Amino acid sequence: MKQSKLTLGIVAIAFITLTTVSCKDSKTENTTHSEMSADDDNSKMNHDGEDMEMAMSGNGSSQTVLNDYFSLKDALVADDNAKAKGLGATLATTLGKLDISKYTDTQKADLKDIIEDAVEHAEHISESDIAHQREHFKVLSKDITDMVAITGTENTLYQQFCPMYDSGSSWLSMSEDIKNPYYGSKMLTCGKVQKEIN
Amino acid sequence: MKIVKIIAIILLVALVGIQFIPTTRNQSDSVPSTDFMLINNVPENIKKKLQVSCYDCHSYNTQYPWYNKVQPIAWFMEDHIKKGKKELNFSEWADYSNRRKKSKLKSIISQIEDGKMPIASYTLIHGDARLSESDKELIMDWFLKLKDSL
Repeated sequence: MKQSKLTLGIVAIAFITLTTVSCKDSKTENTTHSEMSADDDNSKMNHDGEDMEMAMSGNGSSQTVLNDYFSLKDALVADDNAKAKGLGATLATTLGKLDISKYTDTQKADLKDIIEDAVEHAEHISESDIAHQREHFKVLSKDITDMVAITGTENTLYQQFCPMYDSGSSWLSMSEDIKNPYYGSKMLTCGKVQKEIN
Repeated sequence: MKIVKIIAIILLVALVGIQFIPTTRNQSDSVPSTDFMLINNVPENIKKKLQVSCYDCHSYNTQYPWYNKVQPIAWFMEDHIKKGKKELNFSEWADYSNRRKKSKLKSIISQIEDGKMPIASYTLIHGDARLSESDKELIMDWFLKLKDSL
């Protein structure tokens, strides 16, 4: 009798465990759904304001991408790992929103490749230590430079080059002065202007 | 004393209970035509190293160990494989653009160089996946050549 009670107990607990776990699963699913719809709402809201902002080189323009890239670069110049993380995430979002509809088919294809790669690097920057962030920033800089070659830029940009970091690495800057994002305070002025981009 | 016994029983039952929760298995019968090995001319020794040290988490085909069906180990592995494939999937190599291929190769080389990959929690059990210094050099060298050829 006692034995059967015990067995019954175990079966009951097993049943409860299973139900709880499966409940938890469906709950998480629900939250993701509601999060997703929240995201949808956000993007809808952004779209509403887009026309207006586009005129001022806002959401979806390559200028926004550049601005976010420069903020990220400045954070790396300042050796600020935490800030670079946040700005990496921001850049990943802006890159994803880049509007490529006005370009030719070849340009579209190139831009798509560039964005796909750049987003991945920006995402990695958002979750890495500073050494790793700088590794990714190197390839990201190449992507952004290639993007500018297609989209053009409102301001004059300077492609700068440091021969020491990872057998030579370049980056973009709005200013002619050298402030090295690969070394920060350790070797702030290492580098030279390689090219002017108008 | 009685309370300890009850807790022990509950834990045991929970452990048995979670065994019934299914996990997604990362296995396929055929090698997709986009696979890294089919796209590139990989030397036999490097092919073997990649298969043992990388492919379990970075392709559509995992060689599961015997304990792969035991929870919570199975969950842990499932999570790792999911993340691994998101970062790099050798099975989808041909679908990557040249730009991304280069990016991936750069990251592969840097991860191997820093000893971050294969990940420690994996080599702890899979002793054969560990890369010796000469293995590392051989693989990095070959990957670098591949990257420069793109």
